[in-house]
Amino acid sequence: MSIVKTRNLIYEYVKRDEEGNEDGVIRAVNDVSLGIRQGDFIAVVGHNGSGKSTLAKHMNAILQPTQGTVWVDGMDTRQEENIWDIRQRAGMVFQNPDNQIIGQVVEEDVGFGPENLGVPTEEIWKRVEESLRAVGMYQFRSHSPNRLSGGQKQRVSIAGVLAMRPRCIVLDEPTAMLDPSGRSEVIRAVRELNQTEKVTVILITHYMEEVIYADRVYVMDKGRIAMEGTPREIFSRVEELQGLRLDVPQVTLLAHELKKRGLDLPDGILTTPELVQALTERG
Amino acid sequence: MALKVDHVSYIYDPDAPLSHKALDDISLTIPEGQFIGVIGHTGSGKSTLMQHLNGLVKATSGHIYFNGRDIDARDFDKKELRSKVGLVFQYPEHQLFEADVFSDVCFGPKNLGLEREEVERRAREALIRVGVPKELYDQSPFELSGGQKRRVAIAGVLAMQPEILILDEPTAGLDPRGRREILDQIRQLQTQTHITILLVSHSMDDVAEYVDRIIVMNGGKIVYDDIPRRIFRRYRELEKMGLGAPQVTYILHTLKESGLPVDTDITTIQEAADSIMQAISSSPSNVC
Repeated sequence: MSIVKTRNLIYEYVKRDEEGNEDGVIRAVNDVSLGIRQGDFIAVVGHNGSGKSTLAKHMNAILQPTQGTVWVDGMDTRQEENIWDIRQRAGMVFQNPDNQIIGQVVEEDVGFGPENLGVPTEEIWKRVEESLRAVGMYQFRSHSPNRLSGGQKQRVSIAGVLAMRPRCIVLDEPTAMLDPSGRSEVIRAVRELNQTEKVTVILITHYMEEVIYADRVYVMDKGRIAMEGTPREIFSRVEELQGLRLDVPQVTLLAHELKKRGLDLPDGILTTPELVQALTERG
Repeated sequence: MALKVDHVSYIYDPDAPLSHKALDDISLTIPEGQFIGVIGHTGSGKSTLMQHLNGLVKATSGHIYFNGRDIDARDFDKKELRSKVGLVFQYPEHQLFEADVFSDVCFGPKNLGLEREEVERRAREALIRVGVPKELYDQSPFELSGGQKRRVAIAGVLAMQPEILILDEPTAGLDPRGRREILDQIRQLQTQTHITILLVSHSMDDVAEYVDRIIVMNGGKIVYDDIPRRIFRRYRELEKMGLGAPQVTYILHTLKESGLPVDTDITTIQEAADSIMQAISSSPSNVC
């Protein structure tokens, strides 16, 4: 069964001029139908303004569809009484870690969510410990979040979501503000969650290198799903992606350049070992 | 010589028990017309150093000289310094506020007390330099795309006609094409006007591709200051500092270890492709 499912999802908002008068309607998501299976690792890419964040915000009922339907774990997001359950099933992590951390101490911050759900104290502590261990931040449990690096803060944010025991976690450009090691820390933690905890991951990103681990990739353009497939299928279409203001991983681009220079290489090379092997075998 | 940093240290809360040395004995010369990349993990001191360069933060010890004059000297005009050393912060579009694009870019030069004609001339020139089309001049800056907003914000600083332009992660949050467009535009600006540019970036791929010189910061110190090729030779040391090398550099090292005689100093895709082609043709039987 799908953990997140959308059918003919349309989201429109009214654009207003300076006086607040209506100045046209913008359709940010246009007729999107998709189904995400429990346990999948999904990546969503698309240029700025392609509608990917708007789509993501439907997955935990921050936004409700103008037309069409979104179900999270079988619950219709338009039904008011489902909203709290939905937010517990599908957690969300945003771009800026500083806007998401509220506690003075790491473990307090992570415990905030389950405490709000009315979880008994003993259970909260258990969840806090498990969540911090899952993202590799347990040794920082009694630190002040202010003293952590960007990658560490972002992992605390993820632990905060995990403590709610969600079935699905939506990450909207979680690495955009991080340095290289922060970026790889966060991606490692996210993959780990997906593989060992079987949490469904929906990762929105501009970094193509982060997409290669996904089971399935959706490419968005003008509010629609323009391309869909495995990373290998998607990244075989280098020029098409570039036309959509996107890119491919550097290894894939290098292989593409070598093909243009006349080397016989397969399409959609995603990793360095694959490239080395391909170069070896052709010799 | 445009800017000289001489043994500058900066300590947060020097009297507090948790005082912390954000900059530790930094010395640095920034000549005219260079395109310089500044890399370092979050908290390494990059932003603090940049804020010293235009006088937003005053050094705890040491001196900074702009065109030979000490910027902390009593008779030195800090306001002039801020127009000569332009600083574009992260997410600069958050600082847009005027009703239309053109007025927003005029704001800086207007504050310099220039004649209206000169203000408008500078605004137009700055907008052209960053590639904002005329049709957008009357639009609200808030209705532009992410990339366009950022160009307008950069134009606002350019319109002050700085001699040095500091850009703190100008591509954060932009899609890949937007990232390249902004960087191409900055490179063009640099080659056309010979303005000195300091580009603070978390993307090793970007600095490798665009700059002439890289300054690496760690723990408040400058640990390396060299051309990109030589900087990324030390990728193992860079990794220990939370950084790394461009993807291409890693690929080339792996290829070389597999027996293909490629040049591992290369930092861009085009050069890498050429080097691999050359290696293959020169030793067809030598591939692994």
